[in-house]
Amino acid sequence: MFLGKVIGNIWATKKYPTLTGVALLLVQPLNSDGDETGSPIIAADTMGAGRGEKVVYITASEAVIPLPADHAPVDATIVAIVDYVNNEYKEK
Amino acid sequence: MILGRVIGTVWSTKKDENLTGAKFLIVRELSLDYSEKSNFVIAVDSVGAGEGEVVLVATGSSARQTTFTKNKPIDAVIMGIVDRLDVPETKE
Repeated sequence: MFLGKVIGNIWATKKYPTLTGVALLLVQPLNSDGDETGSPIIAADTMGAGRGEKVVYITASEAVIPLPADHAPVDATIVAIVDYVNNEYKEK
Repeated sequence: MILGRVIGTVWSTKKDENLTGAKFLIVRELSLDYSEKSNFVIAVDSVGAGEGEVVLVATGSSARQTTFTKNKPIDAVIMGIVDRLDVPETKE
């Protein structure tokens, strides 16, 4: 599971059939301090995450599990919208 | 998923017999401002993507989650053609 921030979305009318109705959002991966790490990815979304919101996303073939379809070529899906990240235990 | 642009095709007659009929496209990864990165993948097409089109590629085992690529030695599949990318605050 990874932490990320929604930075935009993608429109793709021509896509794999079982993905119709699934939103595709642009997510910038974050580290636990909330800083940007790595390059943005595209993740499927069933939570209705909005732009600027922090989210948790999963990768690999498990990403298809939250989706309505049994099989879909998706390697990243948002599974949670973050309210608060508490990393005070990390020694500064 | 990653954002990419189809820049070519790979023809191969001698290949794993599971791959007959697969169309191999060369996809160069793009940044959000559509500038081309240095890395690329060879992806199997599942939505009829043409050369020059901006596409979405699912990689890893998720690539086998389509009717055509099921149980085949394929780790990258084009599963969407991008109509529009909406990133409000593109970083200068």
